Amino acid sequence: MAFSLILFYAFGFVLLASALAVILVRNPVHAALCLVLAFTTAAGLWLLLYAEFLAITLVLVYVGAVMVLFLFVVMMLDINLDKLREGFWGNLPLAAVVGILMAGEMVLLLMRGFDGPIMSPGAPEPGFSNTKALGQVIYTDYVFAFELAAIILLVAIVAAIAITLRHRKETRYQDPGSQVTVRASQRLKILKGLK
Amino acid sequence: MIPLEHFLILGALLFAIGVVGIFMNRKNLIVLLMAIELMLLAVNMNFIAFAHYLNDLSGQVFVFFILTVAAAESAIGLAILVALFRNLRSINVDDLGTLKG
Repeated sequence: MAFSLILFYAFGFVLLASALAVILVRNPVHAALCLVLAFTTAAGLWLLLYAEFLAITLVLVYVGAVMVLFLFVVMMLDINLDKLREGFWGNLPLAAVVGILMAGEMVLLLMRGFDGPIMSPGAPEPGFSNTKALGQVIYTDYVFAFELAAIILLVAIVAAIAITLRHRKETRYQDPGSQVTVRASQRLKILKGLK
Repeated sequence: MIPLEHFLILGALLFAIGVVGIFMNRKNLIVLLMAIELMLLAVNMNFIAFAHYLNDLSGQVFVFFILTVAAAESAIGLAILVALFRNLRSINVDDLGTLKG
């Protein structure tokens, strides 16, 4: 058995096990940490497919930013776990039927294979840069979509801040409006003839 | 070499786990968001597998944009979650009946 196949099975096993742990564990913090493991393993699988840039992006953006945000939110909330876990295993029959049907159908279809085997083109030649090739496509053919993605991120930043921003009554704020309109006479008190 | 079907089956199983997660954690909003992330990961896996085996970089570009949109989605989703928890002191989906829909 080729080494890459062994790697694939190892990563695939860890990925599926951690994905199962994400949806089954009781503590949401543990679920978030299992999701971190799942993303890291998926990045390993993507490296097997020679998608270096996206594998690194997955680790940097997802593990580094999104999952930290998840952990932050989970730890900030004080949730009553008993209430959330009520009737958890009662959902199992329906979930199992839907999941097994879905997975079974797709696996049966895929086991048949494609008309004519699709062979892997193999490793790219030495010196080939996946990041460079991706950049050359993104900044030419997909440049409009790329700028649209930037706008989506900007909108997401503004929306996330606007949703969570709150003004507390007791906190002291600066009022830039009155700061700008202040006059020198209101600020300075010139004392003359002080000995 | 690893056949293409292996990656597709892995993606299918991962997607099914995500769907099962949504069915099982019907009350817990945080784990619902995590299950959505799992499903997105499965889709991305298929895209990258096809991008490699068909020798077409467009699949990787798609994954790039999916990652962007998914990051935006989870940021806004978590912001809504925090705002919700401040107002209701709960993230139970059953408590979200204010609109009486």
